[in-house]
Amino acid sequence: MDDFKPQIVAFCCVNCASSAAKVAHGMKKALPDNIKIIQVPCTGRIETLHLLKPFEEGADGVYVAGCQADSCQYINGITKAAKRVEQVKKILEELSMEPERIDVFHMSAGKGQEFVEVADRMVNTIKELGPSMPA
Amino acid sequence: MIVAESKPIKEILEMVKDFKKILVVGCKGCVTVCNVGGAKEAAILASTIRISGKKEGLDVEVNEHTLERQCDPEYINELKDVIVDYDAVISLACGVGPQFLSERYPDKRIFPGVNTKFMGGAVEHGVWEERCAGCGACAIHLFGGLCPIARCSKSLLNGPCGGSSNGKCEISDEVDCVWDLIVTKMMEQDRLDELTVFRPPKSWTTARDGGPRKMIREELVK
Repeated sequence: MDDFKPQIVAFCCVNCASSAAKVAHGMKKALPDNIKIIQVPCTGRIETLHLLKPFEEGADGVYVAGCQADSCQYINGITKAAKRVEQVKKILEELSMEPERIDVFHMSAGKGQEFVEVADRMVNTIKELGPSMPA
Repeated sequence: MIVAESKPIKEILEMVKDFKKILVVGCKGCVTVCNVGGAKEAAILASTIRISGKKEGLDVEVNEHTLERQCDPEYINELKDVIVDYDAVISLACGVGPQFLSERYPDKRIFPGVNTKFMGGAVEHGVWEERCAGCGACAIHLFGGLCPIARCSKSLLNGPCGGSSNGKCEISDEVDCVWDLIVTKMMEQDRLDELTVFRPPKSWTTARDGGPRKMIREELVK
């Protein structure tokens, strides 16, 4: 399992997580190269289907990085996203897959270090779980 | 609208486990409004079945198609060129949809993807309540615009039972006693005396008790 390099898709809010990513870049903090970032105008736009599609395409993990619950400029985008993540967790459980394969994280725009830490944490979680699909 | 809820995914997967080509058919009617069987939900279920297939190493083809309605033959007909490519069909419409599909496409295996619950409406986003029992002889105007048949646990037509307490039904604190609501409403409208008017027992021949129902409107029949 040591050579397993999980494929992870991160949906990132353009207003906070993506800004945090830029700060991380400016700090020369490297993001794991197996994380594919999809920038969204607001995490509230992410539908349940968007969260399922990566798994369908073979991703091992998915996460949503959005604003703090009280700082979404569209009022409650991250709250909606968190509910959809919960829905996908239930779907994964019904498919006998680990619900930890999907998660949601709250970020602030300036927290570049935190952005990288979350990515590393997700990579470690998925590494422990192993591939989502049989080889 | 007719309110339904999704069947558990495991139950759906068990139903279609022997099929390799599956079509999920959504409906743009009631089940779209109650977020259980429209185009969005059809896509989610199709994706879920595809993920399950990949996980189990099965070669399963799953697609989705959403009809305007599944309770009208002309819309069901739209499926005739699509359905030929599939062995099994999961209908996300209310119980009417899969039956219409079964009748129109008798050689196909049709499965229900939702459990039909009741006729009702959304009291808030994501919360639906029963409002109509389809008795076939509406009399809500006699009860302050509220239906004691659908909303009283015992369908009482002559006042509350002893289980009414502080405006709630004895079956649950979350269920209003509709007779408490009716009396309050009639008092507000100064019509309480109307509840004392003698009325003969309700005829249930128009309800489900009279067997399966059929309605013919001659002016519409071709």
